[in-house]
Amino acid sequence: MKRSVRVAFAGIAALSLLVAACGGSDEAADEVTEDTTESTEAPAAETCTTPTPVKLQLQWFIQAQFAGYFAAQDQGFYADQCLDVTIVEGGVDIVPQTELANGNVDFAISWVSKALASREAGANIVNIAQVFQRSGTLQVSFKDKNITKPEDFKGKKIGNWGFGNEFEIFAALTKAGLDPAKDVTLVQQQFDMVGLLSGDIDAAEAMTYNEYAQVLEAINPATGALYTADDFNVVSYEEAGVGMLQDAIWASGERLASDAAYADTAVKFVAASLQGWAYCRDNVEACRDIVLAKGSKLGASHQLWQMNEVNKLIWPAANGVGFIDQAAWDRTAQLSLETKNLEGGTVLTKAPDAEAYTNDIVTKALDILAGLGVDTSGSAYAPIEVTLNEGGN
Amino acid sequence: MTNVVRRAAQRTVMFVAALALVAVVWETYKAVGPEDGGTVLGVRILPRTSEYAMPHVWDMFSRFSRPEVRGSERTVLDAVTAGAWYSFRLSVAGFALGALVGVALAVLMARFKVVQRGVLPYLVVSQTVPLIALAPLVVSWGGRVEIGAFVWPRWLSASVLGAFLAFFPIAVGTLRGLAAAPAASVELMQSYAASWTKTLFKLRFPTAVPYMVPAFRLGASASVIGVVVAEISTGLKGGIGRLIIEYAREATGDPAKVYTAIFGAAALGLVMAGAVVAVDVIVMRNRPKEAVS
Repeated sequence: MKRSVRVAFAGIAALSLLVAACGGSDEAADEVTEDTTESTEAPAAETCTTPTPVKLQLQWFIQAQFAGYFAAQDQGFYADQCLDVTIVEGGVDIVPQTELANGNVDFAISWVSKALASREAGANIVNIAQVFQRSGTLQVSFKDKNITKPEDFKGKKIGNWGFGNEFEIFAALTKAGLDPAKDVTLVQQQFDMVGLLSGDIDAAEAMTYNEYAQVLEAINPATGALYTADDFNVVSYEEAGVGMLQDAIWASGERLASDAAYADTAVKFVAASLQGWAYCRDNVEACRDIVLAKGSKLGASHQLWQMNEVNKLIWPAANGVGFIDQAAWDRTAQLSLETKNLEGGTVLTKAPDAEAYTNDIVTKALDILAGLGVDTSGSAYAPIEVTLNEGGN
Repeated sequence: MTNVVRRAAQRTVMFVAALALVAVVWETYKAVGPEDGGTVLGVRILPRTSEYAMPHVWDMFSRFSRPEVRGSERTVLDAVTAGAWYSFRLSVAGFALGALVGVALAVLMARFKVVQRGVLPYLVVSQTVPLIALAPLVVSWGGRVEIGAFVWPRWLSASVLGAFLAFFPIAVGTLRGLAAAPAASVELMQSYAASWTKTLFKLRFPTAVPYMVPAFRLGASASVIGVVVAEISTGLKGGIGRLIIEYAREATGDPAKVYTAIFGAAALGLVMAGAVVAVDVIVMRNRPKEAVS
């Protein structure tokens, strides 16, 4: 009997060794690491011997929403600034601003209202570049529901994702004089649009660059062809006047104040990232290919659509890309203060302090880009036309 | 030997037949069930049969041979296989860790009654903590672990969560088994003046095996669940859990695709539980039948 017990233990030990051996080889696949070997040939101002390691936390999986960062990595813009950037993907329960506040990453991408709520709760994080200048949130409904403005939400089943992605819906409801708790039925929405297509939701929350494309990639059973934009009504929160600032680059306020090297890295990181976004504006298809090569599971036409829609949220950027517009910032803060959620509370209880954002870093970054001859305003930007295929392929 | 082969063949046939039966029931309901489901007083009691809710079984399987994204050489089957293999290794690591911790705890609890009284309630409490609440915390803690040259890899967080689910049934099952030695045998060992450790290895562990095997099986499938949920929760790339959520995002355009990943996860759980049974058969091959009862 002793022997059989020993065999069992030996088996477990052997298995764990095996796994330890196999596990190591896949570490590279976990995170996307920049190859810095080419940095010596790059036109860097000073010679780059040891690139500064930087970790960036995304809000979600690899997709064109983050194309600028992947392009900066792929095109060597980070390497040019002597940075070794690791891009960490998000997950369902990963909160980027928490990861940043905990010191697990150096920078994080987050929506402004969510990040401000975290800041109010004690996370010392600072917006250093407002990449998306406009909100990309929509409420999509079938034509026959006649939902063309937030006032029409009354009595309807309104889908939302929760997790802090619902603030614009509440803001629009509040603005339209509706009580989110009584006048509408709020429905928790999945990450797909099946709820809308099967009628569980009258109007579904959708990003211009993702979920809206998903419905346009689905087959309409009535016609056998893809749904078209004519089948839907779309309420744009940006147009309804309740658009809130979304993807921004956040940094640690504590380290910005105390660590000059970190502040310097922040300038370089923002400069290279914005250069990546400028590249994606001018090379839409190349950026789609970069994102696909990084292992996105969503198809090519979907990523091209997403790239194009994301560009529309960034460009043209009158004050220069990444510059935080006081008016848009104040509007976001104001809406966060006034917006009542289901419990009657608001996103923020007091106005964000002046240190919640800074244009110092992005201004220096824009200077660097001006020196490199990068167009940072995109005044001549024109979106392309994208044809979606079934399933986004 | 022929007996064994025949029984194995019988089992395989039954297994396939059971799967086929599920498929037949699924398709029958899809054919005759109401398209929009059935509701009684506003509560849906019959599921919908639309393409979104219930894709055809053959649609699910046909997805396996399609390219994962258009123009790529890699088929969905390749992706699911690779994902399942990745998650399998994480699950085995989690299971091994869970087994180690679980058995160690069980031995401690069996040795010291005070430990059992103090620790057991916490073990029960530990299993009521929702995994999705724990997952980001473990990732966050892990992100700060750097001991010398050892840097906590992200996949280890998923394995730890697998272990977190796996250790509980193993600890409880083993504890039960260790206490199951017949009093007469224990007294015999005492009459030989055998030490507690001797008694543990010569008597208690052997009698515990029939209790431990089902516990380990539970632990094995629990570790798979832990790893898959952790992958979904923390966005860990490469495994079957991540594939489930990636394909689920495509459900708007292709509702059948996500089932390929779900099949992969199910197969993974079966393989894990099967591996434990296989080890059991090998370990127990020389044990006389009546002792196992």
